[in-house]
Amino acid sequence: MARQEKKKDVVIVGLGWTGSIAGIELAQEGLDIVALERGHDQETVPNFEYPQQIDELKYGVRLKMMQKPSQQTLTVRRNDGETALPYRSLGSFLPGNGVGGAGTHWNGLNWRPQEIELKLRSHVLENWGEGIIPEGMDLRDYPVSYDELEPFFTRFEKVAGISGYAGNLNGEIREGGNPFEGWRSEDFPMPPLPTTYDSAKFRDAAKAMGYHPFPASAGIASTSYVNPYGMQMGPCNFCGFCERYGCYQYSKSSPQTAILGALKRMPNFEYRTNSEVLRVDLAEDGKTATGVTYWDEEAGEEVFQPADIVILSSYQLNNVHLMLLSGLGEVYNPLTGEGTLGKNYAYQMNGGISMFFEDDNFNPFVGHGANGMVIDDFSISQNDFGAEGFIGGSYWRSGTFNGQPIRNMPLPKDTPSWGAGWKQGIRKWYGHAMSIGSHGSHMAYANNHLDLDPTYTDRHGRPLMRMTFNWQDNDLRMNQFMKRKMEPLAASMNPDIMQAGFKDIGAQYDVRPYQTTHNTGGHIMSENAREGAVNRYSQTWKAHNVFAMGAGNFVQNTQYNPTGLVGGLAYWTVNAIRTQYLSNPRPLV
Amino acid sequence: MKTFLRIIGGLALAGVIALLAFIFVPVQVSKPARELAADWQPEPGQGEYVLHASDCVACHTAEGGEPLAGGRAIASPMGTIWSTNITPDPETGIGDWSYEEFRAAMVDGIARGGTHLYPAMPYENYRLMKEEDIRALYDYIMADIAPVQNEVQETHLKFPFNLRFGIRAWNWLALTHDVGFDPVGTSDLQDRGQYLVEGPGHCAACHSPRTPFMAQDGVSTSDDGFLTGGVIDGWNAPALRGEGSVSQAWPVEQLAAYLATGRNAHSTANGEMGLVVEHSLQHLTDEDNLAMAAFLKGLDGAEVELPKSFAATGPTPLPAPETDAAGKATAAMLIEANPDMPLGARLYSDNCIGCHFANGKGAPGIFPELQNNHLVTGSETGPLISVILNGAEMPGTAKRPMTLRMQGYRDRMSDEEIAELASWLRKAWGNEAGTVTATDVATVRAASDSH
Repeated sequence: MARQEKKKDVVIVGLGWTGSIAGIELAQEGLDIVALERGHDQETVPNFEYPQQIDELKYGVRLKMMQKPSQQTLTVRRNDGETALPYRSLGSFLPGNGVGGAGTHWNGLNWRPQEIELKLRSHVLENWGEGIIPEGMDLRDYPVSYDELEPFFTRFEKVAGISGYAGNLNGEIREGGNPFEGWRSEDFPMPPLPTTYDSAKFRDAAKAMGYHPFPASAGIASTSYVNPYGMQMGPCNFCGFCERYGCYQYSKSSPQTAILGALKRMPNFEYRTNSEVLRVDLAEDGKTATGVTYWDEEAGEEVFQPADIVILSSYQLNNVHLMLLSGLGEVYNPLTGEGTLGKNYAYQMNGGISMFFEDDNFNPFVGHGANGMVIDDFSISQNDFGAEGFIGGSYWRSGTFNGQPIRNMPLPKDTPSWGAGWKQGIRKWYGHAMSIGSHGSHMAYANNHLDLDPTYTDRHGRPLMRMTFNWQDNDLRMNQFMKRKMEPLAASMNPDIMQAGFKDIGAQYDVRPYQTTHNTGGHIMSENAREGAVNRYSQTWKAHNVFAMGAGNFVQNTQYNPTGLVGGLAYWTVNAIRTQYLSNPRPLV
Repeated sequence: MKTFLRIIGGLALAGVIALLAFIFVPVQVSKPARELAADWQPEPGQGEYVLHASDCVACHTAEGGEPLAGGRAIASPMGTIWSTNITPDPETGIGDWSYEEFRAAMVDGIARGGTHLYPAMPYENYRLMKEEDIRALYDYIMADIAPVQNEVQETHLKFPFNLRFGIRAWNWLALTHDVGFDPVGTSDLQDRGQYLVEGPGHCAACHSPRTPFMAQDGVSTSDDGFLTGGVIDGWNAPALRGEGSVSQAWPVEQLAAYLATGRNAHSTANGEMGLVVEHSLQHLTDEDNLAMAAFLKGLDGAEVELPKSFAATGPTPLPAPETDAAGKATAAMLIEANPDMPLGARLYSDNCIGCHFANGKGAPGIFPELQNNHLVTGSETGPLISVILNGAEMPGTAKRPMTLRMQGYRDRMSDEEIAELASWLRKAWGNEAGTVTATDVATVRAASDSH
């Protein structure tokens, strides 16, 4: 018999970015709130303190900030014909753990999608017609527009503390910013960070080729900063320990620097750590949730937490898993196309070129996760999909983000991987390499999806979630297009050696090497209950008092890092709850 | 000879009688500064506000204990004084105290039954409080604070300080000022600031020097020594007036921000001042913190420019301060990073420069500046050593909810290294203060080990 806790107005599942946003905004409404966090509590000091935090072996290699597969994982296969096996050793993607979630260990690259990325299907139909959409691709419009989300992107950027320079201020294109970005109602809350040598070199080469370089939009503070909640950031010192680390300098946008201090002061908010939610409990009629059941790690028992509103704000994979386990929608079946939960799982298609310059010293240890100059000249809004034979695009960025010796000593391909030859290679090339990265879109396809594994279970006896995912020709063609375009730019910089790494047609998904933790879809937004799991306000079609936040809402992935859209959608959703739902709880669509 | 002995005997007798009288004759308590009407009632919330403004909670609450139930150890030069239970519990608190008895404790330092309070209770300062505020505080404690039965440890000081009647003599020296508040009359706002600083805020208890008899050398604006700086429990409580003081160096806006949030463009609060912000000042209105800032700024006649607001919520980017002339040479040396630079500078580069930067200016609102920082350059080196060893914390406040925490370096640096670093800091960027020895560091390390 599960223990039962006192009923709350709101229960929040997962205290990362979106859980913190929901927490503080709904706490301002006076609601009684509890957040349940699977992991441990963590704060800048002592958890991220200098110098213990900048330990590459512990955090960069052994991944101490991440979810432990023994605690929670999923199974993976590339197609329906394979048997999925558990993801026992973290590789391709790194879900976070603990208070702050992925918001503590990200790189700080904060982007808004382009306007047409939210209306991509319409954009394709208007310009090229349905004929260019490959078979099996589920190309969609988001059921919410850029113009609707703009105030909420702005809000999130102010809260998170984003540095940058607006290229499109209320429709006015500004020199030095991104001319291809969606319009901004206000400039960035902080000016851009200084430019490192490699970025400057890339910027000059890009300019010479007629492209439009601009500083990357960074969740890294360029100055001291006070946000709308009175929370604070300190200026970045370019130590280069961002991704996989918590920031000891209070410089990286995170729930810790942006929200949690203010939230924890509110008497109507509490949070419980080491509390892993096992399922959302539905009322007998299945139309609303009554609360959630979680595992209290310390007490070693199940606990029922009743609540009027349930906010699912755990990582995308965990949100989808919970919804599958709780019956918050029908499981998607790729053979029939029926069902909504688990569909349109998407990822990211990335590539890049490394360049070696004997005579240039890049001091790669000077940098940060969102460092660099960027061009959007090959972004989704700039590409002729009909002529090029793919739907998608990417942004290119060049900027050192760390010089960590175990994982970031790029060497020319023919260098031995150990022994005297390796040592010679390191001596010759460490600090002499720079790179340009292509960070590309990933569309949604009928056969890339998530469901429950028929074989493997977790420590609570629940079926693991199963991921079925492989690369698709459309995105690989996009990637090869980027290679063709990037090579001349790289060559124009006259490196002594350059080597490209872009997946080609025929590439198979390999879950072992790290790629990106931009897992999207699975509980997508839709115009109607038949096509997706949540409506335009992230409210589940199944139970109107359950809201699912995060990248699981993405109908397909954008070309950018997802946090900006995740944050904007979170404020959009919470605004709908505040202004429409609380006064009259009901399906909002 | 007989006559002489008789005289001596007579004098001795008179002395004994006087002494007995001194010990046993009941002391007179002060009359109120102003008689309140029989039907006088405090404004709603007034008593609770006075409680905050007077910072009662910080001393009368044990660590982890019930608010106002006493039991906190207060270090004094005479020994440890244990704060009392001031909840209205009749047995262990002040539940059966009359208002007159309560007032006597506040303004004369005399508890119910005539016992003299040790002057750790700042009755020298509370003596300047308005009758209305004392009364509102009494009403609030009696009506709205839940009684807590908590027998606190009795204070036992060594001889002669255990003889409480001796405080009677001390009071003749310390309580020469009248009961009640006497405004200077510069402006309503500054008068309000003066009241809060002199009376309930009892700022002089730390920020005025002490006489040889340990009385405050300056309790009100008319006294020369008032707020010219003191030393309390091994901490420098810096001068709040005069050339080089923060009240003259910082604009009113920054002074008010420091009071309300424990942080501003220059510094963060530490030690006792951190507790004052946490327990008292953050709960005051913006206007009151502004009033105190304005009063301090104008105390010696400086022009007072009032900001529209202070410590407002963002989004606000705060640009880094420029290196100044005094700090130029040190900054240049650190940036050049020649391995031959002194050990203190190398330790700074390895451990401190990331936040406090080469120019020692830190970052506004979050990382304190180390140039001209009294904690760095003060006569008392314990706090600087302690911050390096153990770190520091300024809890979040209403207007700045972020808890600012610096980690300690006790596991990373030896006593010799910390002495080198601290000595170097005390001379960097134009700072001029004496050296710190490894023995000094060892003493602080040992003291903080035992906590």
